[in-house]
Amino acid sequence: MAGVRALGVLSRVTSRRYALFTGGTCRTFSVAPAMLAQTHVSYEVKGDVAVVRINDPNSKVNTLSIQMQKEMAEVMDEVWANDAVKSAVLISSKPGCFIAGADINMIQSCNSADEVTTLSQEGQKMFERIEKSPKPIVAAINGSCLGGGLEFAIACQYRIATKSKKTVLGTPEVMLGLLPGAGGTQRLPKMVGLPSAFDMMLTGRNIRADKAKKMGLVNQLVDPLGPGLKSPEERTIDYLEEVAIEYARGIVNKKIPIRKEKGRMEKIQDYVMSFEFVRNQIYKTVHSKVMKQSKGLYPAPLKIIECVKTGVEQGPVAGYLSESQNFGQLARTSESGALIGLYHGQVACKKNHYGVPQREVKTLAILGAGLMGAGVAQVTVDKGVHTVLKDTTVSGLARGEQQVYKGLNDKTKKRNITSFQRDSILSGLTGQLDYSGFEKVDMVIEAVFEDIHIKHAVLKEVEAVVSPHCIFASNTSALPIKDIAAASKRPDKVIGMHYFSPVDKMQLLEIITTDQTSKDTTASAVAVGLKQGKVIIVVGDGPGFYTTRCLAPMLAEAVRVLQEGVDPKKLDALTTSFGFPVGAATLADEVGIDVAAHVAEDLGKAFGSRFGGGNVEVLKTMVDLGFKGRKSGKGCYIYQPGLKTKEVNPDIGDVLEQFRMTPNPAVSSDSDVQYRLVSRFVNEAVLCLQEGILKNPLEGDIGAVFGLGFPPCLGGPFRFVDSFGADKLVEKMRRFEAVYGNQFTPCQLLLDHAKDSSKKFHK
Amino acid sequence: MSSMLLSTIPQVSSSLSESYCLTLLSVQTKSKKTLARPGVKNVVLVEGVRTPFLLSGTTGLLQRTGLPKDAVDYIIYGTVIQEVKTTSILRHNINQRTLGAGFSDKIPAHTVTMACISSNQAMTSGVGLIAAGQCDSIVAGGVEFMSDVPIRHSRKMRKTMLSLSRAKTLGQRLGLIGSIRMAHLSPELPAVAEFSTAETMGHSADRLAAAFGVSRVEQDEFAVRSHTLAKKAQDAGLLQDVISFKVPGRDIVSKDNGIRVSSMEQMGKLKAAFIKPHGTVTAANSSFLTDGASAVLIMSEEKALAMGYKPKAYLRDFVYVSQDPKDQLLLGPTYGTPKVLERAGLTMSDIDVFEFHEAFAGQIMANLKAMDSDWFGQTYLGKKSKVGTPPMEKFNLWGGSLSLGHPFGATGCRLVTTVAHRLQKEGGQYGLLAACAAGGQGHAMVIEAYPQ
Repeated sequence: MAGVRALGVLSRVTSRRYALFTGGTCRTFSVAPAMLAQTHVSYEVKGDVAVVRINDPNSKVNTLSIQMQKEMAEVMDEVWANDAVKSAVLISSKPGCFIAGADINMIQSCNSADEVTTLSQEGQKMFERIEKSPKPIVAAINGSCLGGGLEFAIACQYRIATKSKKTVLGTPEVMLGLLPGAGGTQRLPKMVGLPSAFDMMLTGRNIRADKAKKMGLVNQLVDPLGPGLKSPEERTIDYLEEVAIEYARGIVNKKIPIRKEKGRMEKIQDYVMSFEFVRNQIYKTVHSKVMKQSKGLYPAPLKIIECVKTGVEQGPVAGYLSESQNFGQLARTSESGALIGLYHGQVACKKNHYGVPQREVKTLAILGAGLMGAGVAQVTVDKGVHTVLKDTTVSGLARGEQQVYKGLNDKTKKRNITSFQRDSILSGLTGQLDYSGFEKVDMVIEAVFEDIHIKHAVLKEVEAVVSPHCIFASNTSALPIKDIAAASKRPDKVIGMHYFSPVDKMQLLEIITTDQTSKDTTASAVAVGLKQGKVIIVVGDGPGFYTTRCLAPMLAEAVRVLQEGVDPKKLDALTTSFGFPVGAATLADEVGIDVAAHVAEDLGKAFGSRFGGGNVEVLKTMVDLGFKGRKSGKGCYIYQPGLKTKEVNPDIGDVLEQFRMTPNPAVSSDSDVQYRLVSRFVNEAVLCLQEGILKNPLEGDIGAVFGLGFPPCLGGPFRFVDSFGADKLVEKMRRFEAVYGNQFTPCQLLLDHAKDSSKKFHK
Repeated sequence: MSSMLLSTIPQVSSSLSESYCLTLLSVQTKSKKTLARPGVKNVVLVEGVRTPFLLSGTTGLLQRTGLPKDAVDYIIYGTVIQEVKTTSILRHNINQRTLGAGFSDKIPAHTVTMACISSNQAMTSGVGLIAAGQCDSIVAGGVEFMSDVPIRHSRKMRKTMLSLSRAKTLGQRLGLIGSIRMAHLSPELPAVAEFSTAETMGHSADRLAAAFGVSRVEQDEFAVRSHTLAKKAQDAGLLQDVISFKVPGRDIVSKDNGIRVSSMEQMGKLKAAFIKPHGTVTAANSSFLTDGASAVLIMSEEKALAMGYKPKAYLRDFVYVSQDPKDQLLLGPTYGTPKVLERAGLTMSDIDVFEFHEAFAGQIMANLKAMDSDWFGQTYLGKKSKVGTPPMEKFNLWGGSLSLGHPFGATGCRLVTTVAHRLQKEGGQYGLLAACAAGGQGHAMVIEAYPQ
C-alpha cells in the first residue's frame, strides 16, 4: 500500500537540500523613486549610539535589494559623519526576519556574468566599509539571518542574537547554485575555522542561535521574552535593541572585548591549520566528498572550495576577486537557474490558491495506522491539530502509535523539542479501533490497503458516522479518485491526498481533485497540507495522477534495461550520475517490487502498450520468490540489518536470465540508456500537462523533484525540456522509437515545442 | 485520568463553599460589611507561628495556644523538596516532631505539595475539611529543609542498584558492578527549574522583568525597601509569629537571620545571577532559599469560641490560578488578585492589607506593572481595563520573602499570619495575600479581621 509513495526515501537528499527555504518570499524589484526619503533603512540616535533599523515596507522579509543597499550606504555615511555617535546597532524592525538574503530577482535580472560580478563587488565593498568602520557596529539579530544577511552580520564588529526558534543563521546560496558573494567565502573561514565554514557553505544548512554562539558565529545571546506591556514579538525586539545598545557602549568603553579569548582547543586548531599540508588535506577531503555526493553535476560547491582556498592561500585580494568572478559565472549556469526556479516554485506551492476554507479542520481522523497513516498522524498532531488514529487491530494501532512516538522522540533526542513538548503533543493523539466520536471529525484521511473494494467499504462506514461537513480524503497512490468517489453519497466532499513516504521527511503532497470535488473541499485539503508543512501540487484525476504516472514508464524502462543484461549496480550508477538522488534499481527496492508490479499492471491496463517495456512477469517472478525489496530483505539487492553496503542479489541473475532480451547496440550506450529512462519520464510529464492533469509546468517540476527525486540540478522535467531543447529530446526519442515503438513516441505538446524553439514552459 | 482529577478539584471546592449552611452568623464589624455568607461556614485563624526562617517547629504553636493534646483533628503539612525520611513517613515526621511536642499519636496527617504555595494548599485543604464538616480544628503548616535536600543518584545508577538487589548469583552481581561507569556516578542535583521548560526560576524572573521593562534600579530599590521594612518590623517587635528555636548543636535562634539592609550602591555592585552578563536579577534582589517551618491552627468559628479562643481572623475566599509556565511563570498574583476580589465581592480599594510573596523584586515589579496595564488586562485577563495596583503604603509593610527568606513550603503560612497580625495592628478589616509558584500557578486569599 505504501506503494509508490515509498519513493520518498530517494529524495531525502533533495528534501534536505531545500527544506531551508521556508517563509522566505522574494521581493519584486523595487522602483521607488530615489528622491523619496529613505523607506527601507532609518536611524535614530539614542545617546551616543545610532540605532539603524531595517524594514522593507513592501515585503514580509528584508532582502538586500538595490534600494536597501543604497539607503544603507546613505544612512551609514550619516552615522559615520555624525560626531555625536560613537557606535551603532543594526537591527530589523520585522519580527522573525533580520535579513533573509540578497534579492534573487536582482541577480536574475542581470544580463551577463560581468553584471553579476559587479553586483558582488559592490556588496563586497559595502561590507568592507562596515568591517573597517571606526565606530563599532553591533548586529542585533532576531529571526532569519541568511545569505547576504549573514555576510552583513559577520562584517559587523559584534553580533547578538535572540535565542528564538525563528533565529537561524546560514549561507543557503549553494542551494540556489550560487556562493556567498559578498565576502562570505572570505570572512567565514576566519571566523569559524575552515571545517565549520565549509560545512556551512557547502550544505547551506540553518544554524540555530545557540549553536552559532558555540561556533563563534555570534558573540552573545538574548532570551526571547514573553508578553509584558506589549506583545512578545514587539517586546523581544525592543529588549534586543536595549541590550545591543548596552553592548555597543560597552565596546566603545572597552568593557566588552570584541574578540573572545581563544580556548585551548581553538589554539590547537589554529596551530594545526597553520600547516599547509593540513589545509591541503582538508581541501582534498572536502573536494572528494563533494564530488562523491554531487557527481560533479553541481558547480557551486566546487567554486566555493576554490574561493576559500584562493582567499586562504593567496590572500584577500585574490580571494575577493575569485569570489566575485565565480559568483558572476555561477549566476549564469543552468544549474543555478534550475535551483532558483525550484525555489520560486516551492514558494508558490506553499500558498493556498483556493481561498480560505469555510471551516478550519480542528480534528482530523486517519484510517489505517500503517507506515503512511502513522506518518500523516505525526505531521498533523505535532502542529496542534487533534488527531484520531484508527485501525482495525490492536497490534496495528500499537505499531502506528509507536511510530508517532518514535518520530517525536527522535526530535527530542535531537533537541528540536523538549520531552515535555513531546508528551503534550502526544496528548493530542487519540488511538481507537471504532468510529466513536467521528461525528466531531472535520476531515478523514484514509490510508487503508490499496484495493478499491476496501476503499469503498471504508468510505461507506465513514459516511454513516461523520457529520455532513466532514471531508473524505483518500491517500491512494494510483486508484482514480472518481472511482473511489463513486461509492459516496456526497462526492463533492471526496478528494485525493497522496502523501510520500516517509511522510515526516518528504515535503511533497499531491492533491487530486475530481470534476465533482468542490472548491471548498480543495481549499480545506490544501490548508491541512500547508499546516502539515507540505509543498503542495493540485492535479487532476486519472490513473496514477501525475507522480505515479510519470514514474511507472521509467521503472518499466528500468526493468527492460535489467533484462537487457545491465547489472543493477550499473543501472544505479547510470541514474545517479544523471542526477537522480537514488538509482533506479534501489528505487524499485525502496518502493517495493510487489507494489511496482501492482502499479505497472494497473497502469499498463489503463494506458496500454505505451506503459510497456520491461516484462511485468520479471517483477511478478521476483515477488513469487519473496524478493519484495528492502522490506523483505531481498530485492535487486540483499539487505542485511546493520550493514551499510549492499550486494546485488545473486538469485536475480537467474530471474533476469529467464526473461533475457537482446540489447540493440544502436540504443544501448550508457548515455542512451540514461536518456531512455529520462525521456519516458519527461514525455509522460508533458503529456500530463497536455491532458490537463497538471495545471502548469511549475507544479509538474515541483512534483517531480520533491516527490520522485527528479534531478534538482535539472530543475524538473519541464525546465529540463527548456534547457536541453525539445527538438534534441524529440530527436533522441525518435531514435528509440524506431527500435522500441510507441513507448517513445513524443506527445503532441512536446512536438509543438520541438518545432518552435521559442516555445518554453518557463518564461 | 490525572487531568480528570484536576478538573474536578475546582468544582468540589466551589460546591463546598456554597452548599454548606451553618446557623452561626458572624458578628458585624465596624463600617464595612462582613464577608460572611449564609451557607458558608466561618473558618478562623486562631494562631500562626513560625521559626525564624532557618528551621522547623509546631511545638511553638502548642505552647502559644495552650491547645489540649488531643484537640487537633488533623494535621496537613506542605513541603516541596521531599526528603524520603521526612515525608514518606510524614506522619512520623510530624508526629515525631509533634509527638515530642505532645500531639496525640491518634491524629492523622498528610503532606501536600504545590511548590512555593504548598503551605497555602495545606491551609486551604484544612479550610475545606472544616467547611465540609469533617474536622473542627486543624494544624496546617509547611516545612523546608533546603540545607538537606535529597540528591538522587543518576537514573543509570539507580537502575543498576535496583537490578543489583535482584541479582541472584555472584556473577550477576559482579557483572552489574562492572557495568558502572563514571557517568553513573554523577548525581542528579535538584534545581529550582521548571519541569515543562527546564528553565530555572531566576532565569524566568529575569525574562519576566525584561518583558515588563523593569529596570535593575527599580528591582534593587524594591529589595532595599523589603529589607528596610523587615528590619523596622523586627526592631519594633512586630514579627510576633516568630518563635525561638534551638538549632541542635548551636545556639537558640530567635530572629530571622537574612535581613540585611544594604545601600543602593552595594546592591548595584552585584553581577546578574542568572542571565549573564546583561540580566537584572541578582542575588540581592531575589528571595533567598532557607530552612524554615511555619504552622497555623485553624478552626471552625464555633469550635474556637467554644474552646475559649479569641480568633485572629477569618479565612475567606481563596482561588488558585494557573497560566503559561514559560512566559508567565511568576504572574500568579496578577491573575489571582482580581479573581479572588471578584469572588469576595470586593474591589482593590476595600483591601487594607496586602501581602504578596516576594519571589524576586523583579517579579513583584512585573506583577505591579501587569496589574497597572490596560493592554495586559485586556489581552490576557479578559478585562475591559487594567486590574489596578495595590497602594504601596499598604503593601508588604513588614518585609517579605526577599528579606525574611523563602523556605518554599513554609512561606504561605507566614503570609496568612502576617496579614492577620497586620490587620490587628493597623486596624483594617480586609487583607489580601497572593503568591506565585512553579508550574505557572498562583494563589490568592482574602482574610477578614476578627472583630476585636
